[in-house]
Amino acid sequence: MTKIAAVPLSVPSLGSAGETGHWRTERPILEESKCINCLFCWMYCPEGSIHKGEKVVWIDYRFCKGCGICMNECPTKAITMVKEE
Amino acid sequence: MAKHKVMSGNYAVAYGAALSRVELISAYPITPQTSVVEKLSEMIETGGLNAKLVRVESEHSALAACIGGASAGARTFTATSSHGLLYMNEMVFWAGYGRLPVVMAVITRSIAPPWGIWSEHTDLLAQRDTGWVTMMVQSNQEALDSIIQAYAIAEDEDVMLPVMVGLDAFTVSHTSVPVELPSQEEVDRFLPRGADHSYLLDFARPKTMGNLAYPEWNMEFRYLLEKAMKNAERKIITVDKKFSSEFGRTYGGSVEHYRMEDAKYAVVVVGAPAGEAKDAVDLLRKRGIDAGVVRVRVIRPFPKVALRSSLAGLKGVAVLDRDISPGLGGILFSELTSALYGVKRPPAVRGFIAGLGGREIKVEDIIYTVESLVTSVEEGPADNEWLDVKKELLP
Repeated sequence: MTKIAAVPLSVPSLGSAGETGHWRTERPILEESKCINCLFCWMYCPEGSIHKGEKVVWIDYRFCKGCGICMNECPTKAITMVKEE
Repeated sequence: MAKHKVMSGNYAVAYGAALSRVELISAYPITPQTSVVEKLSEMIETGGLNAKLVRVESEHSALAACIGGASAGARTFTATSSHGLLYMNEMVFWAGYGRLPVVMAVITRSIAPPWGIWSEHTDLLAQRDTGWVTMMVQSNQEALDSIIQAYAIAEDEDVMLPVMVGLDAFTVSHTSVPVELPSQEEVDRFLPRGADHSYLLDFARPKTMGNLAYPEWNMEFRYLLEKAMKNAERKIITVDKKFSSEFGRTYGGSVEHYRMEDAKYAVVVVGAPAGEAKDAVDLLRKRGIDAGVVRVRVIRPFPKVALRSSLAGLKGVAVLDRDISPGLGGILFSELTSALYGVKRPPAVRGFIAGLGGREIKVEDIIYTVESLVTSVEEGPADNEWLDVKKELLP
């Protein structure tokens, strides 16, 4: 079993707090043809769930909580929020 | 070579921190603490002290800055009093529970209202459950020496706890007397750089400290804290012994004894009033009363075992509390009687509340406590009696 230290500690790793994507009520959908790869969404995403891709960004839905900031910041309106079913 | 200098208790604290090669200082001014950090600031300005002084807008932030520094392995220092200490209370717990070896001087001062700047120990004692090793000194020399000792205790690998060093407002903080100033070389020899603990911040291995622990993980951290306090109890004694062999001064570790070898009665006291208690005992002995003084130097970890062995077998004990827990009485009285629970042949213990709000505790007051103890040892336990309350002022 993992031993504790004298104080509670956590070491950063991908998803160390669990997959938070299921908290989402709305899903951001990227329309790639409108994306100019300005990386505003990548910079503004508070969860680090938007990643640089080969041509355009991609969204990691395992961790995206659906806050909609990316949609709000996108200068070409390439992102829309769609209700999760 | 050590040299002598006339200085106030606050300057003695500042010299203690500087000689300990403190690296980060953060504090907010409050009477009667201010001159501690003013002196340290002057030492930094004139180039004698290589430390970072972090200016902040409150005591809460001052201790938070020290917590940040200590988390990264820096030797940190702060100082405060009364309302400043109460204002930083959340961070006081954080440093204790976070096992960070911050050292803080607390110039004990009464809590308002009524507004006051004079000594009372209630501010310091109100922090007794925060996980800090807590000491209270009697003199300027002990203030300087205890700051140096505090780092040796705090940074010990088996302790890793913050240390609070208390001194009475004005009677110690602002009274200038000759103090022996150890040389930097001597202090460096006594106090090597503390070990970098594995849980401290490290750029190579990033981590978050003090985060969420669910109930199935939580209680063990308190268990480890309590264990560290037990380790501190031993460390306080070994540090004081080592200090004595290096510098020739000892403070008895957790408990200091004065004329206790053949004593039948004891005055138990904390902080500067121990000076009056010692004078009182000298006079009492001339009157044929075999009394001594037991000065509780360390309040946390409370030296239960040491006090039991100091006091068991005595006829009577007078406890002097310069503090009050409203609805309970003297805090020291309560803790001491609790420590004596179950002791064979326990002494009669009488509690006295004295010197609140900076009222002078006179030698005659202490003589009175012992003389009334002597005539009442058969009467069993007695609750706290208030000394020197002006009945004519009461409604």
